[in-house]
Amino acid sequence: MGQANQNIPHITVSQLTMAYGNFVIQHDLNFTIEHRDVFIIMGGSGCGKSTLLKHLIGLQRPAEGDVFYRGQNFWRSDTRQRTQIMSKTGILYQSGALFSAMTLAENIALPLGEFTRLTPSEIADLVSYKLSLVGLAGFEDYYPSEISGSMQKRAGLARAMALDPEILFFDEPSVGLDPMNARLLDDLIISLGETLNATVVVVTHELASIFAIGTNSVFLDPESKTMLATGAPKKLLAGSDDPRIIQFLTRGEGRTR
Amino acid sequence: MVSIDETSFALKISGNWSRQATVKPIDQILSRLKSHPPQKIIIAAGTLTAWDSRLPSQLLKIMDYCAANNIQVDSGQLPDGIKSLLKLALAVPERASTRRGGSRFSWLSNIGKSIIDMQKDMYGLIVFIGEVALAAGALLTGKARFRMIDLLTFIQDAGPNGFPIVSLISLLVGLILAFVAALQLAMVDAKIYIADLVALGIVREMGPLMTAIIASGRTGAAYATQLGTMNLNNEIDALKTMGISAMEFLVLPRMLALVLMLPLLTLCADLLGILGGAMVSSTAFDVTFIQYYQQIKKAVDLVDFGVGIFKSVVFACLIAIAGCMRGMQCGRSASAVGEAATAAVVDSIVYIVVADSLITLIYNRLDL
Repeated sequence: MGQANQNIPHITVSQLTMAYGNFVIQHDLNFTIEHRDVFIIMGGSGCGKSTLLKHLIGLQRPAEGDVFYRGQNFWRSDTRQRTQIMSKTGILYQSGALFSAMTLAENIALPLGEFTRLTPSEIADLVSYKLSLVGLAGFEDYYPSEISGSMQKRAGLARAMALDPEILFFDEPSVGLDPMNARLLDDLIISLGETLNATVVVVTHELASIFAIGTNSVFLDPESKTMLATGAPKKLLAGSDDPRIIQFLTRGEGRTR
Repeated sequence: MVSIDETSFALKISGNWSRQATVKPIDQILSRLKSHPPQKIIIAAGTLTAWDSRLPSQLLKIMDYCAANNIQVDSGQLPDGIKSLLKLALAVPERASTRRGGSRFSWLSNIGKSIIDMQKDMYGLIVFIGEVALAAGALLTGKARFRMIDLLTFIQDAGPNGFPIVSLISLLVGLILAFVAALQLAMVDAKIYIADLVALGIVREMGPLMTAIIASGRTGAAYATQLGTMNLNNEIDALKTMGISAMEFLVLPRMLALVLMLPLLTLCADLLGILGGAMVSSTAFDVTFIQYYQQIKKAVDLVDFGVGIFKSVVFACLIAIAGCMRGMQCGRSASAVGEAATAAVVDSIVYIVVADSLITLIYNRLDL
């Protein structure tokens, strides 16, 4: 388990501007994600939540500004250093993004086989352990198309955790899940974050999840194309004066005083 | 490393248990448990310098073995982090019916399986041809529903866009045929018959055949991947639930486009193949263009062209059926789409060659 300097924030975003060509998605984003935060990236549809995630995980280069991992400038590092940083992160994509031509065991064994020198039998033990962590014990030989959507998500989570990441990213984890399964996934995220000592970053607009799991957050606004606030979601609801944030966090019903 | 206290069967885990460390496999502990099964074991930690998932995964293996063999496990003295991970891992027990054995079959059952698959394929083909026939019926009675713009796009893809490659290939085939013929005919001083051989060979056989093979690689494979990907994205389901027939909306315009365009491409291929023959015979074997032209006029008549064009219509149907069928029956995964494209090309080439042989036989009987 990584015992790094706890004084530097895990991720720092500074003066970040995201754009597709000349079309600016969001500008002047400044926030920090501390170690062991459960950090929520929230905002209405089309505000650039997923784009922000892409900037954090190295899929899209910022138009301006910087992203720091433990003080190391992510986008100004060379490819090898970036790969090094990314090897300590795990990402759960919206649809699970499991490789459809591989069984669940092969999916999870892939990063283990590529990035470690463990023996095949130890990899098999690790795969079984990761699958049992997400409640899929015994599903090693199933193909992604043979299991349900929520199981695919959990299998994707098992793959994201394969290398014991220090940061786990989730892109809309509760999309397509019924409330019970969404809740179970939230619980899983929390307990895994705690037991693995990991920092968790979640992109979501599910209010239930936001309040249940979030310890810190950033709120992106599609109209003004910038962030309106950062802080714990409950504090934002209680303390914010911005009507847009209150509207969002109360489903447009306003704060009940 | 792990040390065992023999009397109380207490396992003590210490040292470095991270991925980078060299850890002795725990198999010896399992074999110890097997040879002298105790009533109860105690798992405790000594000084752990570092650990990651490797440690709980190995502990889990021991605990699973103990659970299966009714050995009590006391893991209360482990550090909290490991305890909570193990608790999480054991929270959802494995259901007895879940695990599958390996899918190893004997060669005999593999043969059986492939015969059953072939049977299914045949059944699928017959059903598909039936559905195509129904859609074609709807087309003839003017009830078929598809977008004209789709048809025009497919026509452009199948026809004009395929023209350059078809011209190149058929010109070269004409050249090759002329060379092969000339070398033999020169021995009996009958070089003028290069024209007959090339023209008849191209118009009746090679023109339609080469064009069809190119179309199966270009168009047939494209149809299979397009429809396969649409199936993957639930687009075909969406059409069905809207009450629009996928056969009419997706398959019919593709098929129609190919049936309209392949004969035209074949005609181009015929002319360019003949031109290729003319180039060889006039430059290398002193048969002038005029002689070549006169000889062809005597040798080839409209029936020969008709014979080739009819073949190309049949080939077009076969390519479109193979491509569309494989696409529509495609599974829902990335590799299934690739398999569908491969199968479409292989199928259509087999269909083309078999149909060509049959049609040639029939022509022979009919004296055409």
